[in-house]
Amino acid sequence: MRIRLKIWRQENEHDSGKMMSYTLEDINPHMSFLEMLDTLNEQLLKNGTRPVEFDHDCREGICGQCGVMINGRAHGPLKNTTTCQLHMRTFKDNEEIIIEPFRATAFPVKCDLKIDRSAFDRIIQSGGFIAVNTGQAPEANSIPIGSPEVEAAFDAAACIGCGACVAVCKNSSAALFTSAKIAHLALLPQGQIEAQARVRNMIDQMDREGFGHCSNTEACEVECPQQISVLHIARMNYEYNKAQLLKK
Amino acid sequence: MLDAKIPAGPLEEKWNYYKAHAKLVNPANRKKLEVIVVGAGLAGSSIAASLGEMGYSVKCFCFQDTPRRAHSVAAQGGVNACKNYENDGDSVYRMFYDTIKGGDFRAREGNVYRLAECSASLIDQAVAQGVPFGREYGGYLNNRSFGGVQVSRTFYARGQTGQQLLLGAYQALMRQVGAGSVQLFARHEMLDLVVIDKKARGIIVRNMDTGVLERHGAHAVVLATGGFGKIYYLSTLAMGCNGSAIWRAHKRGAFMANPSWTQIHPTSLPQSGEYQSKLTLMSESLRNDGRIWVPVNKDEQREPNQVPEEERDYYLERRYPAFGNLSPRDIASRAAKERIDAGFGIGPLKNAVYLDFSRAIKDQGEDKIRKKYGNLFRMYEKITGVNAYLEPMRISPAAHFSMGGLWVDYELMTTIPGLFALGEANFADHGANRLGANSLLQASIDGYFIAPYTMANYLADEIKAGSIDIRHAAFAAAEENVQQQLHMLMGIQGNLSADYFHKTLGKILYDKCGLSRSKVGLEAAIKEIVALREEFWQRLYVPGGYAINSELEKAGRVADYLELGELMCYDALTRNESCGAHFRTEYQTPEGEALRNDQDFSFISAWEWAGAGQSPLLHKESLHFEFVTPTVRSYK
Repeated sequence: MRIRLKIWRQENEHDSGKMMSYTLEDINPHMSFLEMLDTLNEQLLKNGTRPVEFDHDCREGICGQCGVMINGRAHGPLKNTTTCQLHMRTFKDNEEIIIEPFRATAFPVKCDLKIDRSAFDRIIQSGGFIAVNTGQAPEANSIPIGSPEVEAAFDAAACIGCGACVAVCKNSSAALFTSAKIAHLALLPQGQIEAQARVRNMIDQMDREGFGHCSNTEACEVECPQQISVLHIARMNYEYNKAQLLKK
Repeated sequence: MLDAKIPAGPLEEKWNYYKAHAKLVNPANRKKLEVIVVGAGLAGSSIAASLGEMGYSVKCFCFQDTPRRAHSVAAQGGVNACKNYENDGDSVYRMFYDTIKGGDFRAREGNVYRLAECSASLIDQAVAQGVPFGREYGGYLNNRSFGGVQVSRTFYARGQTGQQLLLGAYQALMRQVGAGSVQLFARHEMLDLVVIDKKARGIIVRNMDTGVLERHGAHAVVLATGGFGKIYYLSTLAMGCNGSAIWRAHKRGAFMANPSWTQIHPTSLPQSGEYQSKLTLMSESLRNDGRIWVPVNKDEQREPNQVPEEERDYYLERRYPAFGNLSPRDIASRAAKERIDAGFGIGPLKNAVYLDFSRAIKDQGEDKIRKKYGNLFRMYEKITGVNAYLEPMRISPAAHFSMGGLWVDYELMTTIPGLFALGEANFADHGANRLGANSLLQASIDGYFIAPYTMANYLADEIKAGSIDIRHAAFAAAEENVQQQLHMLMGIQGNLSADYFHKTLGKILYDKCGLSRSKVGLEAAIKEIVALREEFWQRLYVPGGYAINSELEKAGRVADYLELGELMCYDALTRNESCGAHFRTEYQTPEGEALRNDQDFSFISAWEWAGAGQSPLLHKESLHFEFVTPTVRSYK
């Protein structure tokens, strides 16, 4: 199939950047989206031009490194699918595909489609953990947890930290990402002791990073490749209010 | 002859004895000791976090944009530990025996026993961190079974066990970064090791965003950089996985052990075209309920569901009735290759076999199968567009795990004092074949429970060294060496991409140093690799500049692969036997099983770099079996 591309090109973080057009002939519909970009890059390299920089690594939907806006949709048109798991059969012959980086104030563009998501690391550093040192743990079965509870915690813990939720949010809010970690740990008995400090610290850090507030548009859930539910945001708010009320 | 420094005494006392007698570092002195950890997957994050908690000054480097992306994240099925929660006869000894047998008696007894011994603590640690392992309705932890064993000792978090274990370690690491005890350097790639007075004293890294080279000094350096199976290009690994850190340490004097022992995983998705960049793994746990078969007729044209039962060859069940579909990976992969090579392969390229769930769905119901493997079925459908609840999956063997790696002693220290290798980057525990769900285990145990003790034993004597001066001539020389190589790669200005060379190398290795090897093939492969390497240094083209440049990153890695690939062939060529994943066609039983030669090859091959263009030097570490008797490995 034939594909017409418009891709965001930006030399470095200081460059203002612009859209560039490319055409690819003979694209195999079974190619993944990133393999299509590989093919483009091989072609650019043959012409002596700089290939398109994009984030990617595992190419099986779990590392969270890939992620671009495809025709205005985070990770493209399919539900619950990362960019690396999207295949060209999803597109029509001769279709124009517009590819841009995930954009947010807290996610500066570094080069082309590559962005800086280190703000997520700093949110986790502020409290997204259970403070247990190596060696301190009790016998695993001494902490029984009901299967439904652990499955609910898993649903939240499944977040891959790709940032699609931020990219689609009109406020560039990181509420879904942050709440997923808060909910994961708040749903488990091990996570109770630090629950209040955790939610306060993580929300403070989220604000400091320049992410916007959540206004319940719920686009994040729609675009999340891991089906992380917005109900976690409700839980985060509940945990936050509880923490504020009980604040000593 | 290399000495692994395994403590004397009974198997079950070795590690306790070591811990009781290892040197310690006073808490007040730990801050003065600097440690560099390269790699931030399960092994790297766990050692960096553990050392940070203990009070050492730690710097942790990774090439990804955050440690949470390290490829440990992709491990699906589970992690082994002998808790014997199932009351089905498990014990430390049995886990030790399964692992050493699974590795075809080519691993050290002391190391393997320690792996089994420490396994239970990992589950405790992970649960305390909040890892949501699967549980029974009563609230207690659940287990599943995995290849090569007859008990259920595999803990799992749906099909995302690696992700959840990694996030546990990542969160522990982030906690230390927040506390200031660990400095994190994401998007930094190690390009050389600095050795001063024969000790590892630091590294040269490239900031992948700015292109600036940096010097970092330390009293000890840990390489936890994972495996190099990506050398085959098409593999289950992430695109960025590479062997550069360990290879550059090798060129500074660290020996490489058994580099040709690569696990070819039996249940990956088959290749469908030349454009393909990776082969996605489908968890081995699927073999708990899935049955593997090919049609009895070579020219079978019918859809799989139309092929009647009696015209299907469930070849694993046929050849290995005791273990059946749960035969170890090397055996399952080789059996698949045997059927595919004989012309019974399925799919458009006839390069796959079926993995069929119809009976499990009939027996247990679709809901139960969905609960166990839902995410894997979803992933399969995303990639192939096929609903595996309705028709069998197509699977095929793919390069997966490096049993080989840097040679380490019992303390996980390489032949360079002060340089440690953890997780898949070392060679230690899996012998010639790794059992499923043992890689997450080994990476974690190395980082949480072994290296904190063995590194203290080394660091205790380093307090008097004072802080490491990065103005030392050795740092300058190493930086100059890196700078020169980068200039050379950029300067060739040929017309072929790094990927072209990588793919060509991968094909050579798949054909001649993959699932089966032969003297003739390996000798040819060495010639081809040498020629390809020459072509690389004449015709490579790296566009762009020194700042963010994926092509430059790839070029450096491929340059290393082109040397490492040759060493793999030497390694395979000098081992005139078949064991585990190393199958030399000249050495097989009449039934086509691996023919081991304990008389002549009960040793670990440890290779020393002899300089560019020189044949590598072989050192041997004899394997002594005091507690088990190597037997012919049978899963029949």
